[in-house]
Amino acid sequence: MKIKKNIAVSESGFLFDSNSGDSYSLNETGKEIVKLISANKSEKEIKDYFLENYDVDEAIFENNFNDFLIMLQNLRLTE
Amino acid sequence: MKPKYTIAVTGLNNTDNPGPGVPVIRALREAKDFDVRIIGLVYENLEPGIYMDNIADKIYQIPYPSAGADNLINRIKYIHSKENLQVIIPNFDAELFTFMKSEDVLKSMGIATFLPTIKQFEERHKSVLPKYGKKYGLDIPESKNITNLVEVSKLDTEFEYPVLVKGKFYDAYLAYNEQQVTEHFNKISAKWGIPVIIQQFVKGTEVNVVALGDGKGNTIGAVPMRKQYITDKGKAWGGITLTDEKLLEITHDLIRKTKWRGGMELEIIKTNDGKYYIIEINPRIPAWVYLAVGAGQNLPEALVKLALGEDVIPFKNYSAGKMFIRYSYDIIGDISQFEKLSITGEL
Repeated sequence: MKIKKNIAVSESGFLFDSNSGDSYSLNETGKEIVKLISANKSEKEIKDYFLENYDVDEAIFENNFNDFLIMLQNLRLTE
Repeated sequence: MKPKYTIAVTGLNNTDNPGPGVPVIRALREAKDFDVRIIGLVYENLEPGIYMDNIADKIYQIPYPSAGADNLINRIKYIHSKENLQVIIPNFDAELFTFMKSEDVLKSMGIATFLPTIKQFEERHKSVLPKYGKKYGLDIPESKNITNLVEVSKLDTEFEYPVLVKGKFYDAYLAYNEQQVTEHFNKISAKWGIPVIIQQFVKGTEVNVVALGDGKGNTIGAVPMRKQYITDKGKAWGGITLTDEKLLEITHDLIRKTKWRGGMELEIIKTNDGKYYIIEINPRIPAWVYLAVGAGQNLPEALVKLALGEDVIPFKNYSAGKMFIRYSYDIIGDISQFEKLSITGEL
Protein backbone atom coordinates (compact mmCIF):
# COMPACT_ATOMS: atom_id res chain seq x y z
CA MET A 1 0.00 0.00 0.00
CA LYS A 2 1.24 3.47 -0.86
CA ILE A 3 0.01 6.92 0.09
CA LYS A 4 -0.86 8.84 -3.10
CA LYS A 5 1.73 11.38 -4.15
CA ASN A 6 -0.74 14.26 -3.99
CA ILE A 7 -1.26 13.75 -0.24
CA ALA A 8 0.54 16.09 2.12
CA VAL A 9 0.72 15.53 5.89
CA SER A 10 1.93 18.33 8.15
CA GLU A 11 3.75 17.95 11.45
CA SER A 12 0.47 18.70 13.25
CA GLY A 13 -1.21 15.72 11.59
CA PHE A 14 -3.24 17.74 9.09
CA LEU A 15 -3.67 15.70 5.93
CA PHE A 16 -4.50 17.46 2.66
CA ASP A 17 -5.51 15.68 -0.53
CA SER A 18 -4.72 18.22 -3.25
CA ASN A 19 -6.51 16.14 -5.87
CA SER A 20 -9.92 16.32 -4.20
CA GLY A 21 -9.44 19.31 -1.91
CA ASP A 22 -10.44 17.20 1.10
CA SER A 23 -8.59 17.54 4.38
CA TYR A 24 -8.49 15.43 7.55
CA SER A 25 -7.03 15.61 11.03
CA LEU A 26 -4.95 12.62 12.13
CA ASN A 27 -4.28 11.77 15.75
CA GLU A 28 -0.73 10.92 16.83
CA THR A 29 -1.12 7.22 16.01
CA GLY A 30 -2.69 7.88 12.60
CA LYS A 31 0.02 10.39 11.79
CA GLU A 32 2.71 7.88 12.68
CA ILE A 33 1.11 5.13 10.58
CA VAL A 34 0.77 7.40 7.54
CA LYS A 35 4.38 8.50 7.97
CA LEU A 36 5.54 4.86 8.08
CA ILE A 37 3.45 3.93 5.00
CA SER A 38 4.91 6.94 3.19
CA ALA A 39 8.39 5.68 4.12
CA ASN A 40 7.51 2.44 2.25
CA LYS A 41 7.35 0.30 5.40
CA SER A 42 5.42 -2.94 5.00
CA GLU A 43 2.34 -3.70 7.11
CA LYS A 44 4.41 -6.20 9.09
CA GLU A 45 7.15 -3.65 9.74
CA ILE A 46 4.56 -1.13 10.93
CA LYS A 47 2.97 -3.72 13.23
CA ASP A 48 6.35 -4.71 14.65
CA TYR A 49 7.22 -1.06 15.24
CA PHE A 50 4.03 -0.43 17.21
CA LEU A 51 4.27 -3.64 19.24
CA GLU A 52 7.82 -2.75 20.15
CA ASN A 53 7.26 0.89 20.99
CA TYR A 54 3.76 0.96 22.48
CA ASP A 55 2.02 -0.98 25.20
CA VAL A 56 -0.59 -2.60 22.96
CA ASP A 57 -2.01 -6.08 22.53
CA GLU A 58 -1.27 -7.58 19.09
CA ALA A 59 -4.89 -8.51 18.30
CA ILE A 60 -6.21 -5.10 19.31
CA PHE A 61 -3.53 -3.36 17.25
CA GLU A 62 -4.24 -5.50 14.20
CA ASN A 63 -7.96 -4.80 14.41
CA ASN A 64 -7.50 -1.07 14.64
CA PHE A 65 -4.69 -1.01 12.11
CA ASN A 66 -6.80 -2.86 9.53
CA ASP A 67 -9.75 -0.54 10.16
CA PHE A 68 -7.48 2.44 9.62
CA LEU A 69 -6.06 1.02 6.38
CA ILE A 70 -9.58 0.34 5.06
CA MET A 71 -10.53 3.91 5.92
CA LEU A 72 -7.50 5.26 4.03
CA GLN A 73 -8.51 3.14 1.02
CA ASN A 74 -12.16 4.23 1.20
CA LEU A 75 -11.10 7.85 1.29
CA ARG A 76 -8.97 7.18 -1.80
CA LEU A 77 -5.81 8.30 -0.07
CA THR A 78 -3.84 5.22 -1.07
CA GLU A 79 -2.92 3.46 -4.28
CA MET B 1 9.33 51.97 -16.89
CA LYS B 2 6.08 50.05 -17.13
CA PRO B 3 3.43 51.15 -19.64
CA LYS B 4 0.11 52.37 -18.28
CA TYR B 5 -3.05 51.03 -19.91
CA THR B 6 -6.56 52.37 -19.59
CA ILE B 7 -8.83 49.36 -19.24
CA ALA B 8 -12.62 49.34 -18.99
CA VAL B 9 -14.18 46.54 -16.97
CA THR B 10 -17.82 45.53 -16.43
CA GLY B 11 -19.32 43.33 -13.71
CA LEU B 12 -18.77 45.49 -10.62
CA ASN B 13 -21.73 43.85 -8.88
CA ASN B 14 -19.77 42.38 -6.00
CA THR B 15 -22.92 41.02 -4.37
CA ASP B 16 -23.85 37.52 -3.13
CA ASN B 17 -24.11 36.65 -6.83
CA PRO B 18 -20.87 38.34 -7.75
CA GLY B 19 -19.74 39.52 -11.15
CA PRO B 20 -16.07 39.03 -12.02
CA GLY B 21 -15.31 42.78 -12.36
CA VAL B 22 -13.84 43.48 -8.93
CA PRO B 23 -11.53 40.42 -8.84
CA VAL B 24 -10.45 41.15 -12.44
CA ILE B 25 -9.57 44.72 -11.44
CA ARG B 26 -7.67 43.53 -8.36
CA ALA B 27 -5.69 41.20 -10.63
CA LEU B 28 -4.94 44.01 -13.10
CA ARG B 29 -3.79 46.31 -10.32
CA GLU B 30 -1.29 43.59 -9.35
CA ALA B 31 -0.03 43.14 -12.92
CA LYS B 32 3.77 42.83 -13.07
CA ASP B 33 4.25 44.21 -16.54
CA PHE B 34 1.95 47.24 -16.67
CA ASP B 35 0.13 49.82 -14.59
CA VAL B 36 -3.55 50.54 -15.09
CA ARG B 37 -6.17 53.21 -15.03
CA ILE B 38 -9.46 51.39 -14.51
CA ILE B 39 -12.75 52.56 -15.97
CA GLY B 40 -15.71 50.80 -14.37
CA LEU B 41 -18.67 50.27 -16.70
CA VAL B 42 -21.88 49.71 -14.74
CA TYR B 43 -25.56 49.06 -15.36
CA GLU B 44 -26.88 49.76 -11.85
CA ASN B 45 -26.21 52.64 -9.48
CA LEU B 46 -25.64 50.34 -6.53
CA GLU B 47 -23.07 47.93 -7.91
CA PRO B 48 -20.72 47.74 -4.89
CA GLY B 49 -17.54 48.05 -6.98
CA ILE B 50 -18.55 51.65 -7.76
CA TYR B 51 -18.06 52.63 -4.14
CA MET B 52 -15.13 50.38 -3.17
CA ASP B 53 -11.73 51.98 -2.59
CA ASN B 54 -8.95 51.39 -5.12
CA ILE B 55 -11.17 49.56 -7.58
CA ALA B 56 -12.25 51.92 -10.37
CA ASP B 57 -10.64 55.29 -11.10
CA LYS B 58 -13.76 56.46 -12.91
CA ILE B 59 -17.24 55.05 -13.37
CA TYR B 60 -19.57 55.32 -16.36
CA GLN B 61 -23.04 53.90 -16.73
CA ILE B 62 -23.68 51.94 -19.90
CA PRO B 63 -27.01 50.86 -21.45
CA TYR B 64 -28.33 47.34 -20.90
CA PRO B 65 -27.57 44.84 -23.68
CA SER B 66 -31.30 44.75 -24.49
CA ALA B 67 -31.00 48.39 -25.69
CA GLY B 68 -28.97 47.10 -28.66
CA ALA B 69 -25.42 47.28 -29.93
CA ASP B 70 -25.76 50.77 -31.41
CA ASN B 71 -26.65 52.34 -28.08
CA LEU B 72 -23.75 50.57 -26.42
CA ILE B 73 -21.28 51.65 -29.09
CA ASN B 74 -22.44 55.26 -28.92
CA ARG B 75 -21.91 55.24 -25.19
CA ILE B 76 -18.49 53.58 -25.55
CA LYS B 77 -17.53 56.21 -28.16
CA TYR B 78 -18.35 58.94 -25.67
CA ILE B 79 -16.39 57.21 -22.88
CA HIS B 80 -13.49 56.59 -25.27
CA SER B 81 -13.39 60.28 -26.21
CA LYS B 82 -12.92 61.11 -22.53
CA GLU B 83 -10.68 58.25 -21.43
CA ASN B 84 -8.84 56.89 -24.47
CA LEU B 85 -9.56 53.25 -23.68
CA GLN B 86 -7.03 50.62 -24.76
CA VAL B 87 -8.86 47.46 -23.66
CA ILE B 88 -12.39 46.48 -22.60
CA ILE B 89 -13.01 43.36 -20.53
CA PRO B 90 -16.73 42.50 -20.51
CA ASN B 91 -17.63 40.08 -17.73
CA PHE B 92 -21.33 39.27 -18.06
CA ASP B 93 -22.66 36.38 -20.13
CA ALA B 94 -25.64 38.50 -21.18
CA GLU B 95 -23.50 41.32 -22.63
CA LEU B 96 -20.85 39.19 -24.33
CA PHE B 97 -22.73 38.72 -27.58
CA THR B 98 -23.09 42.49 -28.05
CA PHE B 99 -19.40 43.04 -27.38
CA MET B 100 -18.37 40.17 -29.67
CA LYS B 101 -20.58 41.57 -32.42
CA SER B 102 -19.00 44.97 -31.92
CA GLU B 103 -15.42 43.69 -31.84
CA ASP B 104 -14.43 45.14 -35.22
CA VAL B 105 -16.04 48.50 -34.51
CA LEU B 106 -14.22 48.67 -31.19
CA LYS B 107 -10.99 47.66 -32.91
CA SER B 108 -11.40 50.45 -35.48
CA MET B 109 -11.72 52.85 -32.54
CA GLY B 110 -8.43 51.52 -31.12
CA ILE B 111 -10.05 49.48 -28.36
CA ALA B 112 -8.88 45.88 -27.99
CA THR B 113 -10.88 42.97 -26.61
CA PHE B 114 -10.00 39.31 -26.28
CA LEU B 115 -13.25 37.40 -26.57
CA PRO B 116 -14.37 34.03 -27.90
CA THR B 117 -15.59 34.02 -31.50
CA ILE B 118 -19.36 34.03 -32.02
CA LYS B 119 -19.13 30.38 -33.15
CA GLN B 120 -17.25 29.42 -29.97
CA PHE B 121 -19.77 31.35 -27.90
CA GLU B 122 -22.86 29.90 -29.58
CA GLU B 123 -21.87 26.24 -29.74
CA ARG B 124 -21.20 25.90 -26.00
CA HIS B 125 -24.61 27.28 -24.92
CA LYS B 126 -26.29 25.21 -22.23
CA SER B 127 -29.12 24.46 -24.62
CA VAL B 128 -26.78 22.73 -27.13
CA LEU B 129 -24.17 21.33 -24.74
CA PRO B 130 -24.83 17.60 -25.45
CA LYS B 131 -24.13 18.22 -29.16
CA TYR B 132 -20.95 20.04 -28.17
CA GLY B 133 -19.91 17.05 -26.06
CA LYS B 134 -20.33 14.70 -29.02
CA LYS B 135 -18.37 17.00 -31.32
CA TYR B 136 -15.40 17.41 -28.99
CA GLY B 137 -15.48 14.05 -27.20
CA LEU B 138 -16.59 15.28 -23.78
CA ASP B 139 -18.88 13.63 -21.23
CA ILE B 140 -21.96 15.83 -20.85
CA PRO B 141 -25.13 14.92 -18.91
CA GLU B 142 -28.24 14.39 -21.04
CA SER B 143 -30.36 17.51 -21.37
CA LYS B 144 -33.43 18.78 -23.14
CA ASN B 145 -34.72 22.26 -23.92
CA ILE B 146 -38.33 22.86 -23.04
CA THR B 147 -40.44 25.81 -24.04
CA ASN B 148 -43.78 25.06 -22.38
CA LEU B 149 -45.36 23.28 -19.44
CA VAL B 150 -46.90 20.51 -21.58
CA GLU B 151 -43.42 19.11 -22.03
CA VAL B 152 -42.88 18.92 -18.26
CA SER B 153 -45.36 16.08 -17.85
CA LYS B 154 -43.41 13.95 -20.36
CA LEU B 155 -40.02 14.39 -18.69
CA ASP B 156 -40.26 11.22 -16.60
CA THR B 157 -40.08 9.12 -19.78
CA GLU B 158 -36.68 10.60 -20.65
CA PHE B 159 -35.11 11.50 -17.30
CA GLU B 160 -34.81 10.05 -13.84
CA TYR B 161 -35.59 12.49 -11.07
CA PRO B 162 -33.95 14.55 -9.69
CA VAL B 163 -33.19 16.83 -12.64
CA LEU B 164 -31.63 20.26 -12.87
CA VAL B 165 -33.81 23.06 -14.21
CA LYS B 166 -31.62 25.78 -15.74
CA GLY B 167 -32.06 29.22 -17.27
CA LYS B 168 -30.30 29.87 -20.56
CA PHE B 169 -27.98 32.43 -18.98
CA TYR B 170 -28.16 31.98 -15.22
CA ASP B 171 -29.93 30.07 -12.44
CA ALA B 172 -30.12 26.34 -11.79
CA TYR B 173 -32.47 24.51 -9.44
CA LEU B 174 -32.71 20.88 -8.46
CA ALA B 175 -36.20 19.40 -8.91
CA TYR B 176 -37.35 16.06 -7.50
CA ASN B 177 -40.73 15.87 -9.24
CA GLU B 178 -42.95 17.34 -11.94
CA GLN B 179 -44.44 19.91 -9.60
CA GLN B 180 -41.03 21.30 -8.68
CA VAL B 181 -39.99 21.42 -12.34
CA THR B 182 -43.17 23.42 -13.11
CA GLU B 183 -42.41 25.82 -10.28
CA HIS B 184 -38.82 26.39 -11.44
CA PHE B 185 -39.84 26.57 -15.11
CA ASN B 186 -42.22 29.43 -14.33
CA LYS B 187 -39.65 31.30 -12.26
CA ILE B 188 -36.79 30.86 -14.73
CA SER B 189 -38.77 31.53 -17.92
CA ALA B 190 -40.15 34.76 -16.41
CA LYS B 191 -36.62 35.93 -15.64
CA TRP B 192 -34.48 34.63 -18.52
CA GLY B 193 -37.01 33.61 -21.17
CA ILE B 194 -37.20 30.28 -22.95
CA PRO B 195 -35.93 27.67 -23.56
CA VAL B 196 -35.52 26.35 -20.07
CA ILE B 197 -33.01 23.53 -19.91
CA ILE B 198 -33.68 20.24 -18.16
CA GLN B 199 -30.43 18.46 -17.37
CA GLN B 200 -29.92 15.02 -15.85
CA PHE B 201 -28.58 15.44 -12.33
CA VAL B 202 -25.19 13.78 -11.90
CA LYS B 203 -24.18 12.97 -8.34
CA GLY B 204 -20.64 13.87 -7.42
CA THR B 205 -18.34 16.70 -6.41
CA GLU B 206 -18.48 19.96 -8.33
CA VAL B 207 -15.09 21.15 -9.48
CA ASN B 208 -14.34 24.17 -11.63
CA VAL B 209 -11.49 25.32 -13.83
CA VAL B 210 -10.63 28.89 -14.81
CA ALA B 211 -8.62 28.96 -18.03
CA LEU B 212 -7.36 31.25 -20.75
CA GLY B 213 -6.97 30.21 -24.37
CA ASP B 214 -4.88 32.16 -26.89
CA GLY B 215 -7.19 31.47 -29.84
CA LYS B 216 -4.59 29.24 -31.52
CA GLY B 217 -5.20 26.13 -29.42
CA ASN B 218 -2.76 26.92 -26.62
CA THR B 219 -3.76 27.09 -22.97
CA ILE B 220 -2.09 30.14 -21.47
CA GLY B 221 -3.15 29.19 -17.96
CA ALA B 222 -5.57 26.94 -16.09
CA VAL B 223 -6.31 26.52 -12.40
CA PRO B 224 -8.78 23.96 -11.00
CA MET B 225 -10.77 24.68 -7.86
CA ARG B 226 -13.27 22.94 -5.64
CA LYS B 227 -15.98 24.97 -3.97
CA GLN B 228 -15.74 24.57 -0.21
CA TYR B 229 -18.63 26.79 0.79
CA ILE B 230 -21.62 27.35 -1.46
CA THR B 231 -24.32 30.00 -1.05
CA ASP B 232 -28.01 29.28 -1.48
CA LYS B 233 -27.59 30.67 -5.02
CA GLY B 234 -25.00 27.97 -5.70
CA LYS B 235 -22.16 30.48 -5.77
CA ALA B 236 -18.74 29.71 -4.32
CA TRP B 237 -18.15 31.58 -1.07
CA GLY B 238 -14.95 29.67 -0.44
CA GLY B 239 -12.79 27.41 -2.57
CA ILE B 240 -9.44 25.66 -2.78
CA THR B 241 -7.05 25.01 -5.67
CA LEU B 242 -6.50 21.39 -6.70
CA THR B 243 -3.82 19.39 -8.49
CA ASP B 244 -6.27 17.19 -10.41
CA GLU B 245 -4.33 16.25 -13.57
CA LYS B 246 -7.43 14.92 -15.31
CA LEU B 247 -9.17 18.29 -14.98
CA LEU B 248 -6.19 20.02 -16.55
CA GLU B 249 -6.06 17.43 -19.31
CA ILE B 250 -9.77 17.99 -20.12
CA THR B 251 -9.20 21.75 -20.17
CA HIS B 252 -6.08 21.66 -22.39
CA ASP B 253 -7.78 19.21 -24.73
CA LEU B 254 -10.90 21.36 -25.06
CA ILE B 255 -8.91 24.55 -25.69
CA ARG B 256 -6.74 22.76 -28.26
CA LYS B 257 -9.73 21.30 -30.14
CA THR B 258 -11.84 24.46 -30.09
CA LYS B 259 -8.96 26.97 -30.38
CA TRP B 260 -10.72 28.80 -27.58
CA ARG B 261 -10.03 32.51 -27.43
CA GLY B 262 -10.30 34.35 -24.11
CA GLY B 263 -11.24 33.46 -20.58
CA MET B 264 -13.42 30.49 -19.73
CA GLU B 265 -14.78 28.61 -16.78
CA LEU B 266 -15.52 24.90 -16.91
CA GLU B 267 -18.05 23.57 -14.42
CA ILE B 268 -17.54 19.86 -13.97
CA ILE B 269 -19.02 17.10 -11.82
CA LYS B 270 -16.52 14.48 -10.73
CA THR B 271 -18.36 11.27 -9.85
CA ASN B 272 -17.27 8.78 -7.22
CA ASP B 273 -16.22 6.34 -9.92
CA GLY B 274 -13.83 8.91 -11.37
CA LYS B 275 -15.82 10.21 -14.35
CA TYR B 276 -15.86 13.90 -15.26
CA TYR B 277 -19.08 15.40 -16.64
CA ILE B 278 -19.00 18.95 -17.99
CA ILE B 279 -22.18 20.66 -16.87
CA GLU B 280 -21.44 24.19 -18.11
CA ILE B 281 -18.88 26.16 -20.08
CA ASN B 282 -18.91 29.84 -19.22
CA PRO B 283 -17.33 31.98 -21.95
CA ARG B 284 -15.65 34.45 -19.62
CA ILE B 285 -13.48 34.80 -16.57
CA PRO B 286 -15.37 33.67 -13.43
CA ALA B 287 -15.82 35.70 -10.24
CA TRP B 288 -13.34 33.48 -8.38
CA VAL B 289 -10.47 34.34 -10.75
CA TYR B 290 -8.54 36.08 -7.97
CA LEU B 291 -7.86 32.62 -6.51
CA ALA B 292 -5.89 31.82 -9.67
CA VAL B 293 -3.91 35.03 -9.15
CA GLY B 294 -3.22 33.99 -5.56
CA ALA B 295 -2.11 30.57 -6.80
CA GLY B 296 0.40 32.11 -9.21
CA GLN B 297 -1.46 32.69 -12.48
CA ASN B 298 -2.53 36.27 -13.16
CA LEU B 299 -4.90 35.35 -15.99
CA PRO B 300 -6.49 38.83 -16.36
CA GLU B 301 -2.99 40.31 -16.88
CA ALA B 302 -2.27 37.67 -19.52
CA LEU B 303 -5.64 38.36 -21.19
CA VAL B 304 -4.82 42.07 -21.50
CA LYS B 305 -1.45 41.25 -23.08
CA LEU B 306 -3.12 38.90 -25.56
CA ALA B 307 -5.70 41.59 -26.37
CA LEU B 308 -2.88 44.03 -27.11
CA GLY B 309 -1.15 41.53 -29.38
CA GLU B 310 1.76 40.81 -27.06
CA ASP B 311 3.39 37.40 -26.81
CA VAL B 312 2.44 35.56 -23.66
CA ILE B 313 4.37 32.61 -22.31
CA PRO B 314 1.95 30.00 -20.93
CA PHE B 315 1.94 29.50 -17.17
CA LYS B 316 3.43 26.15 -16.17
CA ASN B 317 2.65 26.00 -12.45
CA TYR B 318 0.34 27.13 -9.73
CA SER B 319 0.10 26.38 -6.01
CA ALA B 320 -2.34 23.73 -4.85
CA GLY B 321 -4.07 24.27 -1.50
CA LYS B 322 -4.56 28.03 -1.98
CA MET B 323 -7.94 29.08 -0.64
CA PHE B 324 -10.29 31.99 -1.12
CA ILE B 325 -12.90 33.03 1.39
CA ARG B 326 -15.43 35.71 0.45
CA TYR B 327 -16.83 38.08 3.01
CA SER B 328 -19.41 40.80 3.19
CA TYR B 329 -18.39 44.24 4.35
CA ASP B 330 -20.30 47.47 4.74
CA ILE B 331 -18.81 50.51 3.05
CA ILE B 332 -20.19 53.96 3.67
CA GLY B 333 -21.15 56.02 0.68
CA ASP B 334 -22.82 59.38 0.40
CA ILE B 335 -25.99 60.38 -1.38
CA SER B 336 -23.95 62.90 -3.39
CA GLN B 337 -22.11 60.01 -5.10
CA PHE B 338 -25.40 58.28 -5.90
CA GLU B 339 -26.84 61.60 -7.09
CA LYS B 340 -23.88 62.30 -9.40
CA LEU B 341 -24.04 58.85 -10.96
CA SER B 342 -27.84 59.01 -11.32
CA ILE B 343 -27.90 62.44 -12.92
CA THR B 344 -24.74 62.43 -15.05
CA GLY B 345 -24.14 58.71 -15.55
CA GLU B 346 -20.54 59.21 -14.38
CA LEU B 347 -18.68 59.21 -11.08
